[in-house]
Amino acid sequence: MSNTPSELRYAKSHEWVKNEGDGTVTIGITDHAQELLGDLVFVDMPEVGDNVEAGSECAVVESVKAASDIYSPVSGEIIAVNEALDDAPETINDDAFGEGWIFKVKLSDAADLDGLLDAAGYDATVAEET
Amino acid sequence: MDKQTCLYEAHKSMGARLVPFGGWEMPLHYGSQKEEHHQVRRDAGMFDVSHMTVVDLEGPDACPYLRRLLANDVERLKDSGKALYSCMLNEQGGVVDDLIVYFLRDDWYRMVVNAGTTEKDLTWLKKQAEGFDLRITPRRDLAMVAVQGPNAREKALPLLPAEMRENVVALKPFNAAPGDGWFIARTGYTGEDGFEIMLPENEATGFWQALADAGVAPCGLGARDTLRLEAGMNLYGSDMDESVSPLESGLGWTVAWEPGDRDFVGRSVLEVQRKDTGKRRFVGLLLTGRGVLRNHLKVFAGESEIGEITSGGFAPTLGRSIAFARVSAAIGETCDVEIRGKRVTAQVVKAPFVRNGKACISL
Repeated sequence: MSNTPSELRYAKSHEWVKNEGDGTVTIGITDHAQELLGDLVFVDMPEVGDNVEAGSECAVVESVKAASDIYSPVSGEIIAVNEALDDAPETINDDAFGEGWIFKVKLSDAADLDGLLDAAGYDATVAEET
Repeated sequence: MDKQTCLYEAHKSMGARLVPFGGWEMPLHYGSQKEEHHQVRRDAGMFDVSHMTVVDLEGPDACPYLRRLLANDVERLKDSGKALYSCMLNEQGGVVDDLIVYFLRDDWYRMVVNAGTTEKDLTWLKKQAEGFDLRITPRRDLAMVAVQGPNAREKALPLLPAEMRENVVALKPFNAAPGDGWFIARTGYTGEDGFEIMLPENEATGFWQALADAGVAPCGLGARDTLRLEAGMNLYGSDMDESVSPLESGLGWTVAWEPGDRDFVGRSVLEVQRKDTGKRRFVGLLLTGRGVLRNHLKVFAGESEIGEITSGGFAPTLGRSIAFARVSAAIGETCDVEIRGKRVTAQVVKAPFVRNGKACISL
């Protein structure tokens, strides 16, 4: 059974995007992604004020096993990062879709959201991979 | 197609994530690698190490053969059951494999070699055996389970064959007791007390399940790697291989130079390197900056590249990242490591990082 929240949008590279409705979005990695990575031990976050392009690397999560790039699914300006992850990166393992969010972006083009997957589309992507 | 150990079905039923390793399909973890690590440091965990190969060496020339084959000296083993860690070198002084050898009788030694190097090792063992009267027998019929942690011995003892318990209770560290089909050694690869237990394959699943029922947590290769790294133990293929000598791999202590006339394979090259003050050093690193040290990251002193990390990772017991690195002799008390294009400072420390559940270095 899928536990992929239906209110979120997804990138094939396993990030989720929550539309906050005010021109900003919150971004994290999916529960499936954290499960593949294993216990997370470090998050290398972007700088607030940085501009990111959709599809570009902007953060790195490191697990006990390996480092993995996080791609921004949208273009815009980084307006916040989840500083709580500095001391508790395992929050992503415990609550990937909630407390484990990684950064927030002010959209430069709201149309970026239209190109993302819905929950069913993301689940289908995961099913293809496994 | 990767091989499966006789515990494969047990791993699957315990929820293992299985990955290819050294030609075998082995458990990486059973849920959380970090929890498994802590379980071994604080209580007791078990590892299926049946992918490693037990080799029996039997015959009148077993001792002289091993004194030629190994950089450490089996002549040091006087008591039956005593174990010795050694490198097996090629003629150039490079490490063919690292292994443990047990002395049982003058005409019977037993060694345990790495999984990924087994075929190469057996070829090498046979080649070196020319002119020696001995029989080399890989014991593919044996499974091997490591039970490790402060409570490992206490939890495992009642589950061992009754007739062996008295001998096993009396075992000192780095000693083994043979029994009927079983072989129990007080050795390990975690920096904790415990046993490495060889047993007949058809008894392995029952023993594994009994250990689980006694509260010993199944642990995968992931935890095995972070535990051995914290314990300051080398991993073959990462920290050393055929291209480097034990003297540049932090294993000088395993080379028996005396008696000076023991002509072990690789000795002449090692003798020259021993006097070379410019040979590379093998050091421990503790990351003081942010990030995680990983294999092959470059190490710098100022602007000059002085070496690379041979194995690195996050140390759950310390909550910090640690590594081994092979670097030029000139390294000081700190160095920089390049992580994703940025230089991050690391402190040079003496391994081990952790022993018997406690940090050996100041954080």
